[in-house]
Amino acid sequence: MNTLIAATDRWYPLRRSAEAVLAPLVALTGAAVLFSIFLLFLDASPLDFLDLVWRGAFGSSFSLQNTVQRAAPLLLTALCVAIPGQLGLVIIGGEAAVVLGGLAATVAALPLINTSPIVVWAAMAVAGSAMGAFWIGISGWLKAKLNVNETIASLVLAYVGLALFNHFVEGLLRDPASLNKPSTYGIGDANMLDTVPWLDVHPGLPVGIVACVVCWVLIYRTSVGFACRVTGGNIRAAQLQGLPVTKLILLACAIGGGCAGLAGAIQVAAEYGRANASLNAGFGYTGILIAFLARFNPLAIIPMAILLGGLGAAGGLLQRRMGLPDATIQVLQGLIFVSILASDTLYGRFRWFQPGSAS
Amino acid sequence: MPVSTALSRRHLLQTTAGAAGLAAVGLSAREAQAAKDLVVGFIYVGPKDDYGYNQAHAEAAAMLKKVPGVKIVEEEKVPETDDVSKTMESMIKLDGASLLFPTSFGYFDPYMLKMAAKYKSVEFRHCGGLWQADKHPMNTGSYFGYIGMCQYLNGIAAAHATKTKKIGFIAAKPIPQVLINVNSFALGARSVDPTITTSVIFTGEWSMPVKEAEATNSLIGQGIDVVTCHVDGPKVIMETAERRGIYTCGYHADQSKLAPKGYLTGAEWNWITVYKQFIADAQAGKPIPNFTRGGLAEGFVKMSAFGPALPEAGRKNVSAIKAEIMKGGFSVFKGPLKDNKGNVVVAAGKFLPETAIELESCNYLVEGVVGSIG
Repeated sequence: MNTLIAATDRWYPLRRSAEAVLAPLVALTGAAVLFSIFLLFLDASPLDFLDLVWRGAFGSSFSLQNTVQRAAPLLLTALCVAIPGQLGLVIIGGEAAVVLGGLAATVAALPLINTSPIVVWAAMAVAGSAMGAFWIGISGWLKAKLNVNETIASLVLAYVGLALFNHFVEGLLRDPASLNKPSTYGIGDANMLDTVPWLDVHPGLPVGIVACVVCWVLIYRTSVGFACRVTGGNIRAAQLQGLPVTKLILLACAIGGGCAGLAGAIQVAAEYGRANASLNAGFGYTGILIAFLARFNPLAIIPMAILLGGLGAAGGLLQRRMGLPDATIQVLQGLIFVSILASDTLYGRFRWFQPGSAS
Repeated sequence: MPVSTALSRRHLLQTTAGAAGLAAVGLSAREAQAAKDLVVGFIYVGPKDDYGYNQAHAEAAAMLKKVPGVKIVEEEKVPETDDVSKTMESMIKLDGASLLFPTSFGYFDPYMLKMAAKYKSVEFRHCGGLWQADKHPMNTGSYFGYIGMCQYLNGIAAAHATKTKKIGFIAAKPIPQVLINVNSFALGARSVDPTITTSVIFTGEWSMPVKEAEATNSLIGQGIDVVTCHVDGPKVIMETAERRGIYTCGYHADQSKLAPKGYLTGAEWNWITVYKQFIADAQAGKPIPNFTRGGLAEGFVKMSAFGPALPEAGRKNVSAIKAEIMKGGFSVFKGPLKDNKGNVVVAAGKFLPETAIELESCNYLVEGVVGSIG
């Protein structure tokens, strides 16, 4: 009966999309209201705050550049959470995939620095993604084969990964000239990735956007993606249907880890020029936040990454103009996160969004 | 209907013109303000109130706020990535800053150099010793302090307080700057009593409070009863040590508030000396020095006031050696000096003052230090 109504209810798909857009908007508004109350307690004006966020994050071409530059690596690290998330896995160790990806990319680039930049970049992209895929793949393998909790495994492996990274950068692979900030040898100025022509933005931005779109197509428009979503819905049912659950888990973890590893490779090629502790700047952890805000939808990652990138960009201006500590932005991020998670309970609550309610 | 449209259009025009006028007034007011005040930007890698490296800079910045004609803008917790380029650019473009102090070591290359090339009329002075005249532009520079002597004095104080003859050092990374401090601390203690050993633990990160607390507890478990450190924020170490009832020597800033009972003394930065000089130069239109370094004698670093736990003999000893250092020409590293594997690292008859170039690539732990590098 219900399916019959749904079939004849032409507007249902639109209302369903509206629900998906409205719920996070309501959550964001709620977070803004809560945060305003917090600001009033600090004797700060919420209107000044909004004005500064606008100016610091989106108000000028410089601010916009600042925002998208911060968002660029986050697009890829969010995918590291969102893709395994389709199978119901919560992977939170993307940070290690970023640093090890960056390290692997640098190691791959070093013997090739005198060939052409294209060769260097290709080698870096392949090595970085492969390393990230391998690292997150370990958590996937542990889950699929031994039923080890993937959240704990990936978190613990993140510490192992960081320790390995420090061990190599401060030992075997260290450039002896880098005395007080241990680093590997550099890939050379000639091999650095330039900013995107005309727009002058971080080269990770187009790569991240393409990756998000490709992942969206993979998840929502292919049979593999459908199998992943079925597994995420009910793993027992998926097994009974004969879906290759083990392979799907490994594949999703490898794709996610590959994205994070690529983010590390791009950071090295575009910003640092060498692998060092700058890679460990929390991209992997902010990626978790973004993936949850986007409800694991790869397309929704784009606006959410830009939102958080913007808050990061505005954070400096807020400190300087309003004298607020850096932690203020973290309070706002926390409120947004909690509101969005709470808004999950709104889905399906309102009759109007349901099939057949209009007729 | 047409009337109201015309009205609203006129109204709109008026409002826009008004707003534009207001904006122009606001702009010229701000420009006038900028022309009058020297806007100085401070950038910190961690929180301003970390009781450590960043607080040492922020305390000096806070004092500068009282200097007439100077406007201070600050930003904390800026990572050593392109984020810091954007912060510098934002201070220049949105705040009109003309003198910038990016205070963390990793800000220099490539971020500060890139911004210095882009904004040639802005002066950049970096905390660290990296500037070289033949390599780096003239609108950039370095300033740094020699704090090893203060750790030597810490070591002397520790030697007078310890009962177990075991003291401890919690270090971030085994890099030259840190190793000089570990070695100076151990040498200071051994100058009082050569049987004292210094156990060192490297946490691997500049700021990792959980590991720092674990390291403190582990050292106490090994029987040490005085601890000092070289991490960005010594807060957790000082608090943990105080709670466990052992003595502490501070580092970076004054931590006596965190450990009122056990705090003996501490090695502190005194950045106000440098900043005051630089800002006076900028205001007078004189060139700001490109390369500045100094130690205890030059007022770049200082010692915390003695805590109640330091015995009288210790106070006298520390004060006497400090007076000697202030005269100049004092060497902590003097031959014959062996590392803790038995190799001679400073030959007999050789003296390395704090400015010695050899110390900048220090890669050993001296005799009496328990621990190893990587």
